[in-house]
Amino acid sequence: MSQSAPNAPNNSTASRVQAGLKKRYAQERRFRFYGVLAITLSLLFLSFLFFNISSKGYTAFQQTFIQIDVHFDENKIDPDGTRDSETLSSANYGGLIKSSLRSIFPDVKKRKDKKKLYKLLSPGATFQLREMVMNNPDLIGTTARIWVPADDDYDMLMKGHIDRTLPENERRLKDQDIAWFDHLIESNAVEKRFNLTFFTAGDSREPELAGIWGALVGSLLTLFITLIICFPLGVATAVYLEEFAPQNRWTDLIEVNINNLAAVPSIIFGLLGLAIFINVFHLPRSAPILGGLVLALMTLPTIIIASRTALKSVPPSIRQASLGIGASKMQTVMFHVLPLAMPGMLTGTIIGMAQALGETAPLLMIGMVAFIVDIPAGVTDPATVLPVQIFLWADSPERAFVEKTSAAIMVLLAFLIAMNSLAIFLRKRFEKRW
Amino acid sequence: MENSNTAEYNSIDTDDQPHKTVGQVTVDNPRIICRGVNVYYDEKHAIHDVTIDIGSNEVIAMIGPSGCGKSTFLRCLNRMNDTIASCKVSGDILIDDRNIYDKNMDVVLLRARVGMVFQKPNPFPKSIYENVAFGPRIHGLANNKAELDEIIHTSLEKAGLFKEVKDRLDQPGTALSGGQQQRLCIARAIAVDPEVILMDEPCSALDPIATAIIEQLIDELREQYTIVIVTHSMQQAARVSQRTAYFHLGKLIEVGPTEQIFTNPQHKLTEDYITGRFG
Repeated sequence: MSQSAPNAPNNSTASRVQAGLKKRYAQERRFRFYGVLAITLSLLFLSFLFFNISSKGYTAFQQTFIQIDVHFDENKIDPDGTRDSETLSSANYGGLIKSSLRSIFPDVKKRKDKKKLYKLLSPGATFQLREMVMNNPDLIGTTARIWVPADDDYDMLMKGHIDRTLPENERRLKDQDIAWFDHLIESNAVEKRFNLTFFTAGDSREPELAGIWGALVGSLLTLFITLIICFPLGVATAVYLEEFAPQNRWTDLIEVNINNLAAVPSIIFGLLGLAIFINVFHLPRSAPILGGLVLALMTLPTIIIASRTALKSVPPSIRQASLGIGASKMQTVMFHVLPLAMPGMLTGTIIGMAQALGETAPLLMIGMVAFIVDIPAGVTDPATVLPVQIFLWADSPERAFVEKTSAAIMVLLAFLIAMNSLAIFLRKRFEKRW
Repeated sequence: MENSNTAEYNSIDTDDQPHKTVGQVTVDNPRIICRGVNVYYDEKHAIHDVTIDIGSNEVIAMIGPSGCGKSTFLRCLNRMNDTIASCKVSGDILIDDRNIYDKNMDVVLLRARVGMVFQKPNPFPKSIYENVAFGPRIHGLANNKAELDEIIHTSLEKAGLFKEVKDRLDQPGTALSGGQQQRLCIARAIAVDPEVILMDEPCSALDPIATAIIEQLIDELREQYTIVIVTHSMQQAARVSQRTAYFHLGKLIEVGPTEQIFTNPQHKLTEDYITGRFG
């Protein structure tokens, strides 16, 4: 047995190893290159997606406003001087707006032209005036200079989404409309402001009045229902199956079914909700409670599977230690196993919740696709959710809804990222090492 | 010589006839009485007809080659085998004339009386205080905080750990060294004041110094407790125990005073094992 030097004869181990080394390293380099390539590509796609959405959507956070002088004419609002709230609420505020527009453009005489002139401003301006007067009746008789939202077409013009160079008959806004608007711009009566409406209003037919808040509240209420049903049920099921249930044909059957349910297309759960919750239990249609129940059915298998995995990862030595002292099975689970499995369970739950937050299909089946203007005040009010709102806006013909759609996607993504960060935080925070 | 030995071990392996344990299986003041204990894992017959008494305030060591069933037998004594679904136990194991495998025997009560220390130190991932407090708390042994503190103090003291950890009771038990962790597990076991402590190779994961400390501790604990210790180290068995039981392939071959087992074994298998011919 001689020592093998690096340059030993052919039959020695060292020389054989050396002959293959180059190939081995090349393989390794190739493998690493593929990995880096895959990551680069996915990052590229992801950044393209984010860039595309945010470049389209960021303009939705601003809104064009027009400044007008409004004379709150007592004869028009409250001719009898009663200051009765019913009179104030039903007064013709549209007339006030119209007269102030006429005073800016005194040259417009024809009835047809006047009608077009009134379209400079959003119908929301009327509501804004009514609210001002209702809140402060002392305004009556005075003249105020206020900012009111412009109509969505002019908003688009302001944001450069309407091409002024196109021939007149291919544009939504005619030459005359643009001339009026330019006149307002020259007199410094047009301004882009932060679009608070987008974050405080519900849906609307008018893009400039449409907001995400209704859908956001709907989503939160729905998720709340999902969570309070899913989490206790899922954790209890997982604990029973993992720690207490005997291993027999029945528990095997249940396990197979749970795993299968996790793979069932979500629209099937929507059909189930329609058939059972609406037709049999007569739950209110389009309500968060119904959506929450359907999403809970959908999320339950995910949570059960994640929780069982978390329970399995608790070392058996901890259970033995506890049982060895004379703790009952339940004490062992409650004091030792469950706290150790909790981070994994929470992570699974939050990922399940994030899935539920992004779910659209089953909600279409149970009527949460309806056009709902009011902000839902409770779990039985009609509501819609963020992804459905995105679907609805993407379906709308107005140009201004394009940016709203992208903005809504940004809000949804922000929520998802926040939820996933919370999952990571909880895992790191409660993770115990042994 | 070698061949004849091998043949003999094989005959033991296949022999399902009842066999006679050599030596003294009974003692005058037994704490646990085992009669004809058989253990099956599904089809596998893991323990064959073991009959032995475990005396009060004695340290009895169980030795034998790997897979001989000594740990399985130990786990029968506080029914830790219950957690294994395929495990079936027959025969009688009596404490105070009551069969612990009786239908109306309470497992929780049994394990409060027969504590256990495991092979690998397994403190809970909680503070040192909480580790020891868990047992007294679930059994309701302390009426108030002061009593609980007292139990924890004395348990740690008995386990020889108090001096080392008295200033850091609120720190995690998992942060201690291996030997300290094992002593913490012993403190946890004696905090419920059991009558018997089962130790399943308590020193196999420890270095010689930590082992020496634990062995000394076992000797001190004998005054108050009955200790059954499974060990792979014959020297350890010789050092700490008064009686030794030798297991071979699921059968209890020989039981006797430790000194006699190690100096003058009666059975051939015991002798071969002791003298290091196999195992």
